[in-house]
Amino acid sequence: MRLPCPLCGDRDRREFFYQGAAVTLDRPARDAGDAAWNDYLHNRDNPAGETRDLWHHEAGCGAWIVVHRNTVTHEVYGAELAQKAKA
Amino acid sequence: MGLFSGYSGLKVIKEGLMGQKGWKPVWRNPAPKPEYDVIVIGGGGHGLSTAYYLAKEHGITNVAVLEKGYLGGGNVGRNTTIVRANYLLPGNSEFYSHSLKLWEGMEQDLNYNTMMSQRGVLNLFHSDGQRDAFARRGNAMINQGDDAILLDREGVREHVPFIDFDNVRFPVYGGLLHKRGGTARHDAVAWGYARGADQRGVDLIQNCEVTGIDIEAGVVKGVQTTRGAIRAKKVAIVVAGRSGQVAQMAGLRLPIESHILQAFVSEGVKPILDTVVSFGMGHFYISQSDKGGLVFGGDLDFYASYAARGNLPMAEHVMDAAMTLMPAIGKAKVLRSWGGIMDMSSDGSPIIDKSGIEGLYLNCGWCYGGFKAVPGSGFSYAHLIAQDRHHEPAAKFRLDRFRTGVGLMDEEGTGSQHNLH
Repeated sequence: MRLPCPLCGDRDRREFFYQGAAVTLDRPARDAGDAAWNDYLHNRDNPAGETRDLWHHEAGCGAWIVVHRNTVTHEVYGAELAQKAKA
Repeated sequence: MGLFSGYSGLKVIKEGLMGQKGWKPVWRNPAPKPEYDVIVIGGGGHGLSTAYYLAKEHGITNVAVLEKGYLGGGNVGRNTTIVRANYLLPGNSEFYSHSLKLWEGMEQDLNYNTMMSQRGVLNLFHSDGQRDAFARRGNAMINQGDDAILLDREGVREHVPFIDFDNVRFPVYGGLLHKRGGTARHDAVAWGYARGADQRGVDLIQNCEVTGIDIEAGVVKGVQTTRGAIRAKKVAIVVAGRSGQVAQMAGLRLPIESHILQAFVSEGVKPILDTVVSFGMGHFYISQSDKGGLVFGGDLDFYASYAARGNLPMAEHVMDAAMTLMPAIGKAKVLRSWGGIMDMSSDGSPIIDKSGIEGLYLNCGWCYGGFKAVPGSGFSYAHLIAQDRHHEPAAKFRLDRFRTGVGLMDEEGTGSQHNLH
């Protein structure tokens, strides 16, 4: 699998560290309560199909990116910088 | 079960003399009834053993196991067949200890040859610090009532003389030997439980995919399937890598992310390895099947996937580790590889619990260690379903540990986070 880093282009999967589902970009407020924090830390939609997850180009440019891909076919549709995805 | 109705050496001889024409299918192929006391979703190892123990231990026989494919076609048919009870943490420790005891009595209990082979599991260590950690783990195993022997380098050499003891990066310092661990014939375990459940009246319904779970006012009423609606007083989900999708039918989100774990089998070679060896520093483990194939694997591919096939970087890593540990097997050809869909929980430990919806139960989060748990998981899940209270050895497999943070079982000490197990 190759991932399209928005800064570096298509790069080998081995250059990236996998963080997990991109829900981790939506950090709850400190006082949001245990249910919200449990959803953020642990509970996942875990889709069989299209997903958006967060990867770190640790052996490349160092960017955090959100990758839009398919968990069944391993098809990669695209990626964008996490700072843009969050905005 | 009489002497001639079950399997026995006598029957094998008789059939040998009679041209093997007397063997019958070992389970029925029934159409679903309109209603059951308990529906078990998932006809894998855990689902079949759950149904078996519901019938055997609790007398609940009006049970259906619904399987979307064929019985034992999922992870129980696609694993590396290792059985062990070498866990460190309370919660896991007593559960796997109980499960191993069930393994030891399984063949007699099921009247089925599951080829349970207690050939030992040997975990290698490569530094003084790791030796201390393994000594601690061994003590925890002994405290639990299981067995562990801390071997030095020469002790390891007696078991596996052909590994590379003097690798510059990971010289072998010793190993932790768990003699009661070993391997079993994975398919036979599914078939043995299926046969036992069927004999006690459980309906095993294949090619029957659950498409919806009927819930009214917080109480489960039954399921929708590709073979029509089926009512049930209780519904038990035990679907491994598909836990996320099935739970979603009941409006639940679980602390589960599905990942791929690859495994590999070489061509058959003459007997070289009579134990299970794990090389943790290389994320590698290996055993030899009775057919002669070397069965080995490594770590997850480490990204969420349902593809049931792996990616090449991990395949390369596993081969690297194999050559690091056992250069002697370098000329053996890899015959096949496969990927299984693992239900990874965020703390790396399983869940056997009520769902919060009355009559709906959850059994998931077995990560890459579900095979050895097959008897224990079914036994404890059946207890929970039948009696609505936890079975003591599995009492810590609670769903609410993730919300409260109390009782998280993070065996690797890396934190309750999805990408770390």
